[in-house]
Amino acid sequence: MSIDEELDCGRRRLLVATAAAGGVATVATVVPFVASMAPSERAKAAGAPVEVDIGKLGPGQMMVAEWRGKPVWIVHRTPEMIAGLRRIEDRVADPESRRDMQPKYAKNPHRSIKPELLVVVGICTHLGCSPTEKLKPGAESGVEADWPGGFLCPCHGSTFDLAGRVYKNKPAPDNLEVPPHMYLSDSRIVIGSDKKAV
Amino acid sequence: MAGAANYQKYKSDGSRLGDLTEWVDARFPLTSTWRAHLSEYYAPKNFNFWYYFGSLAFLVLVLQLVTGIFLTMHYKPDASLNSAGVPVAFAAVEYIMRDVPWGWLIRYLHSTGASAFFIAVYLHMFRALLYGSYRKPRELIWIFGVFIYLCLMAEAFAGYLLPWGQMSYWGAQVIINLFSAIPLIGPELTVWIRGDYVVGDATLNRMFSFHVVAIPLVLIGIVAVHVAALHEVGSNNPDGIEIKKKKDERGIPLDGIPFHPYYTVKDIFGVMVFLIFFSIIVFFAPELGGYFLEFNNFIPADPLVTPQHIAPVWYFTPFYSILRANTVNFFWVDAKLWGVIFMGLGVMAFFFLPWLDRSPVKSIRYRGPLYKGALAIFVVAFLILGYLGMLPPTPGRTIVAQVCTVLYFLFFLLMPIYSRLDRCTPEPERVRWK
Repeated sequence: MSIDEELDCGRRRLLVATAAAGGVATVATVVPFVASMAPSERAKAAGAPVEVDIGKLGPGQMMVAEWRGKPVWIVHRTPEMIAGLRRIEDRVADPESRRDMQPKYAKNPHRSIKPELLVVVGICTHLGCSPTEKLKPGAESGVEADWPGGFLCPCHGSTFDLAGRVYKNKPAPDNLEVPPHMYLSDSRIVIGSDKKAV
Repeated sequence: MAGAANYQKYKSDGSRLGDLTEWVDARFPLTSTWRAHLSEYYAPKNFNFWYYFGSLAFLVLVLQLVTGIFLTMHYKPDASLNSAGVPVAFAAVEYIMRDVPWGWLIRYLHSTGASAFFIAVYLHMFRALLYGSYRKPRELIWIFGVFIYLCLMAEAFAGYLLPWGQMSYWGAQVIINLFSAIPLIGPELTVWIRGDYVVGDATLNRMFSFHVVAIPLVLIGIVAVHVAALHEVGSNNPDGIEIKKKKDERGIPLDGIPFHPYYTVKDIFGVMVFLIFFSIIVFFAPELGGYFLEFNNFIPADPLVTPQHIAPVWYFTPFYSILRANTVNFFWVDAKLWGVIFMGLGVMAFFFLPWLDRSPVKSIRYRGPLYKGALAIFVVAFLILGYLGMLPPTPGRTIVAQVCTVLYFLFFLLMPIYSRLDRCTPEPERVRWK
């Protein structure tokens, strides 16, 4: 086409409309590929509640259960440990559990159904490492000298108290998550469900 | 080049080989490509030690591609447990090490190659900082180069998950969770990246796909573009002056020598020296005391227990330190997001270098004490951050990391000021031998 030829506006419009339609179709083609990377139906179906026997868990002891591929800690706190929670309220970021990291029934000073039994997901709220238990107070745990006992994340140094509350000025933004759970009896709990079966 | 292609076509001298070359040249730009990129690509004659690392990085790229192809023949990206209770992927790596003929060598070449790639690239980047190789007109070469670096990080990260050891697993857990810090979409984004609610089989399979197909394709593409841009504008040199300003009557730079044979020979010498050191590591210290292969990765992935001490491989540790150094919530943004932002900025800052540098000269030879001091502080801060990133965090180390993080960013932020104020000496007319 030479320059002095008249511009055929009809053809130009058709060209633009075709390009636009082609562009929309190309973008739409991305959808199935992006969507294919989301969790599959099988992955969504996994993650049933797990039942755990806590009958042998003595005071001051801790056990780990697996729920949805994550570690869930069950800590049997001694009366001294529970009393210690009050004393460090000014050192933890969210002492009253205002942020939504637990079911309603665990929104209390000890963040649990029974004061002595803590059930938390053992995954740091910073970047998902599993903190190490440093239950013993003082320098014995290899933390600082006035350490009241709790958990230390080996990855980025976040610390949590014995109720899974995060200390102030640490990389982790939130307290450890309390999963939905319920007691079937004094020695059996279910993690992942809090609706009592009939 | 396209215009010169006809002119540069080979005319047969009557020999069989000559006839064949002429036949090919009439159908494919063989001779013109050879001339444009090798025998008549004029590089400055004053290249020094620092100019080995581009060709060495290319060598390692080829090494990784070849060894990777052969490893893929025996590896299985499968997180399920075999009859012995070991994840199939982890067992596949042990199988390569113990049962596949020469498998140990191919795997050690690949694992050592990963670290060698980063050593070559870091030194290659440092060369650019020394001699101002990112300055006009080489901004795009530099930007493509930073993309190569980003690709390399993604490639290394995806590859590190494949052995499915404890470090693989928890490293991936941490890095993928970085995205959870993004407001609103963060948590959903991490699930999408993992393909599951936890790092698992779906994650392993897609990282395998990225590592062996997607990222290498992109990497090769950007490397081609990086070299194409370099050959368009020509190489910088230790004096930071343009050799194209002084040409002889044939239009050839007075200070230029053909890349082939002069620099092919020089680079082959570099390859020999490199291979001596590389072989020593591959054959005598493939783990390099835990720096190249971390000891915790010889334990199969366990989703319930994070190793006592987790750290990324050495080439990521400076940025890992920057991430950890952010411990304070401010401006309504929590420390976790600040950490991710600063880590991202730490890498992205390199993109802006061509426009942050306002010095009248390019090379450190003619720069004044301000830039020399700033570069020295930057390198030291980078090394300290890298060192701290390998150690568990303590309050004291966190403060050191915070200081070094500030120094790291000041190198970039203050560059427009100190590079302009600096007392530079005049550049020479022609390159010097030194």
